[in-house]
Amino acid sequence: MKKENLPQDQSALNGFTREVCYVKDENGTYTTGLSTGWDVKKDALDNAWDDIHERVNEAREAVKRGEKSPIYYFMELRLMDLPVLSGYTGFWRMTIKRHFKPQVFKGLSDQRLAAYAKAFDVSVDELKNFKG
Amino acid sequence: MEKEFKHIQTAHCENGVATSLLRYHGLDFMTEPLVFGMGSGLFYIHIPFLMVNGGPAVSYRSMPGWIFSRASKLLGIKVKRVKFSNEKAAQDFVEEKVRQGIPIGCQVGVFNLPYFPPEYRFHFNAHNLIIYGKENGRYLVSDPVMEGVTTLSPEELNKVRFAKGPLAPKGHVYYPELVPQVSQEQIRKAIVKGIRKNSRDMLYIPGPIAGVDGIKYTANHIRKWREKLGVRKAGLYLGQIVRMQEEIGTGGGGFRFLYGAFLEQASAYLQNDELRNISDEFTKAGDMWRESAIHMGRIYKGRMSEQKDYEQSADMLMDIMAVEKEAFKKLHKLNLKY
Repeated sequence: MKKENLPQDQSALNGFTREVCYVKDENGTYTTGLSTGWDVKKDALDNAWDDIHERVNEAREAVKRGEKSPIYYFMELRLMDLPVLSGYTGFWRMTIKRHFKPQVFKGLSDQRLAAYAKAFDVSVDELKNFKG
Repeated sequence: MEKEFKHIQTAHCENGVATSLLRYHGLDFMTEPLVFGMGSGLFYIHIPFLMVNGGPAVSYRSMPGWIFSRASKLLGIKVKRVKFSNEKAAQDFVEEKVRQGIPIGCQVGVFNLPYFPPEYRFHFNAHNLIIYGKENGRYLVSDPVMEGVTTLSPEELNKVRFAKGPLAPKGHVYYPELVPQVSQEQIRKAIVKGIRKNSRDMLYIPGPIAGVDGIKYTANHIRKWREKLGVRKAGLYLGQIVRMQEEIGTGGGGFRFLYGAFLEQASAYLQNDELRNISDEFTKAGDMWRESAIHMGRIYKGRMSEQKDYEQSADMLMDIMAVEKEAFKKLHKLNLKY
């Protein structure tokens, strides 16, 4: 890629930083250039976020319908999956899956709820009372 | 002995931390491409069944941490690495290094990294930055992917050092403990060994998922995605490939431009013109990766969505594989002297 062809598109980096790219100067020698972003990857990132928002909404609906516990919703909201949530709480993945069930969630001890609340960066009350 | 720490912005965080720390310790010749090449940084792997942020797990580079380890080993530099189970001990260690005026590399998760653009804050735990001092109760931070230096409060630093999940940093810090004088011959030797290892890894690593063969593995999957996953999810998967390839930290073209820059510098060190020609082939590979990204972009943008478009994406990857295979074969056959 030639330096003059380095894309300078709007992206999520704007206002934070520009990124270093390795490009060719007019003599065909490698140099570095700073880029504000590239539409092709901005689209990829935007798509990923659309997908996240959709999943969070679906999770909210599932809690509303009484199919999933708030733990499932907050996991999606915080962009977590089972391995990550398991890392933060210390619970096994199978255990967490069980806690997705509203019936099981109701019986969770305050201690366990506190572990989840800490992982999600919310209060125990917010977690307990989330209705979707 | 008060030396001034200088922030260097690089494409990739691990290369950047390595470059900055080694230059701080007097290795003024060090550049990001040299670290990357000596550390055999270029790679390709598509890990089956593993999902990252809801997409396929592909990587264009070696495992996090390996680049710095390999490069410093080749140069006879001893790197001290410490992990912690106790957050207090982890913080005390950083405090001590700050008092001694020793800049240290720090592995962190980016989900809670306050100065990062919010759209980039995923649960990615193999980011690297340098702590080089403390002022007004905040740590001075040199993050290689940022244009300028920044700061973190002790609480903020603690949080990102103890991010959890895959590749959890566990407070991991590292710094060169012993940096000897490095001779020109040693530099040439490290370059040659780095090239040999990298071409061996890319050409002959066993199994279908890694090295140049890994590119074919991904191509074959792409052919099936539309039918298997539906247009929407298949598009997200392609987007994931593009992001791993082009996102901040890669230098563009899935690290291929960075490797081209390395071979160009290697050609000067070793007085070998053939290396410069092979550098051009990696530039070509990088350009092809970018064209492939543009094509995939048209698919996930919804401008095209037929099976033949997926087939074309896969074919483009097969072409890239052919170029890289040829280039690495040439590298492998070179009888490099140091």
